[in-house]
Amino acid sequence: MTFRIGPRTNQIIAYSILLLMTLITVIVLFFIIGYVFKNGIGQLSLEFLTDKTREMGKEGGIFPSILGTFFVTIFAVVIATPLGVGSAVYLVEYTRGGLIHRIISFGADCLAGVPSIIYGLFGFIFFVITLNLGWSIISGGLTLAVMIIPTIIRTTEEAIKAVPHSFREISYSLGGGKLDTILKVVLPTSLPGILTGVILGIGRAVGETAAVIFTAGSSLGIPTSAFSSTRTLAVHFYILAREGISMPKAYATATVLIIIILLVNFIAYRLMHRFMERYY
Amino acid sequence: MIKVAIKNLSLFYDTIQALKNISLNVEKNEILGVIGPANSGKSSFLRALNRLYEIDYARISGTIVLDDTDIFTIPINDLRRRVGLIFATPVVLPGSIQKNICYGPKLHRKFEKGELDKIVFSALNAANLWKEVKDRLKDSASTLSGGQQQRLCIARTLAMGPEVIMMDEPCSGLDPISTAKIEATMLELKEKYTFILVTNNTKQAARVANRTAFFLSGELIEIDKTEKIFTNPADSKTDGYIRGKFG
Repeated sequence: MTFRIGPRTNQIIAYSILLLMTLITVIVLFFIIGYVFKNGIGQLSLEFLTDKTREMGKEGGIFPSILGTFFVTIFAVVIATPLGVGSAVYLVEYTRGGLIHRIISFGADCLAGVPSIIYGLFGFIFFVITLNLGWSIISGGLTLAVMIIPTIIRTTEEAIKAVPHSFREISYSLGGGKLDTILKVVLPTSLPGILTGVILGIGRAVGETAAVIFTAGSSLGIPTSAFSSTRTLAVHFYILAREGISMPKAYATATVLIIIILLVNFIAYRLMHRFMERYY
Repeated sequence: MIKVAIKNLSLFYDTIQALKNISLNVEKNEILGVIGPANSGKSSFLRALNRLYEIDYARISGTIVLDDTDIFTIPINDLRRRVGLIFATPVVLPGSIQKNICYGPKLHRKFEKGELDKIVFSALNAANLWKEVKDRLKDSASTLSGGQQQRLCIARTLAMGPEVIMMDEPCSGLDPISTAKIEATMLELKEKYTFILVTNNTKQAARVANRTAFFLSGELIEIDKTEKIFTNPADSKTDGYIRGKFG
């Protein structure tokens, strides 16, 4: 006699397996966040957020690193977003999937998979040494920009491709030119997708260590100009933990880092939601 | 009076010929019905008249003359303003009802604030939609029902100040009441505009069209007064199609 599973049992088994997979993913995520928070949240205080870093991080706060992270990330996003979005528009709207499109897409895909330390090395050799920008917010920001451009190109490309052809037809049939259509129909419609790419980029930039440690340096002073060397939160955390300076401070820094990433995501999704309400 | 004169029009998508040597005239202020089975070239015919085929990378040969001017000598955005096209599926652009209507006019020139409000009113009013939406002009256009969306699309075309309005199966996805409203709108508007109505619903052509053209496999089989086409067509293929023997 053969053993057969009825369709109902089948459904229950499939459901249970999928649920289990989801639970494992979610539990791992919450465990990591919870573990960091548990070890770090006790250390958090207003003083920790606003004070200068003293004795290599053993004492004092992380204010300079918060500033450094902020400036490096903003710099990267401001450079990478227009370049990434512009390239994506060019690829989708102007190359018609020809050889150029395939070459650039392939390049972008490869770049997205390159380990960040390679970017760090490139940034060090090119921005820091060759262009003589030194260890600075500019060098760090440019390096991160190069690193996140492929992500932004890819997500923007997908978002633009997802804009229905009929929207373009309508725009053309009403007498719109190619540029009108791109600026007034295609980009606004794909904005949520583009924003997702930018958020992913911000996430990568904020949490990056290897690419910035070589390019922005690890100086602990409060940055005074775009040419100041700075130490981002992720780098600070890495140095505190790796050199055994202070594990409690390391966890506190990590907690702040996670909170910042959560905040960025939260705000971005709120903005996107409001935008969608207005337009759809 | 002839509004659009089409002579020896052929249209090709790569190697596929979608229109074969079409010659016909569209009279001013008439509703010209265009019927025919799928793949007979009806939509391609419309897309030739406002040169929308160009975005599909198609090629055409022959001449199309709008009011004594070859359409290839008219700037493309001006041509598309004068010859409007309404698609089978109502597609509203993201944004409010108002924004949808203003999209076309704003592409062509700058407006004072009050001017656009007037355009919005008269376009919606002419499309028989004003009463239903006057309190929600700022609402997203996608909140409208399918029939309302199609009338919004008509209003959006009217806002451009067109001369010829082409409709590509405008009622194919609509219920009978919405269809009746759109047909009524067309009959009201034909005093001012010239209509070309492509339809899969032969009864619709019989109801509203002054003359009807029958297309088959990219060829114009015959064109005549609607009454004659439906009661006593010259070609047996026309008769067969109308009686539902094929297509």
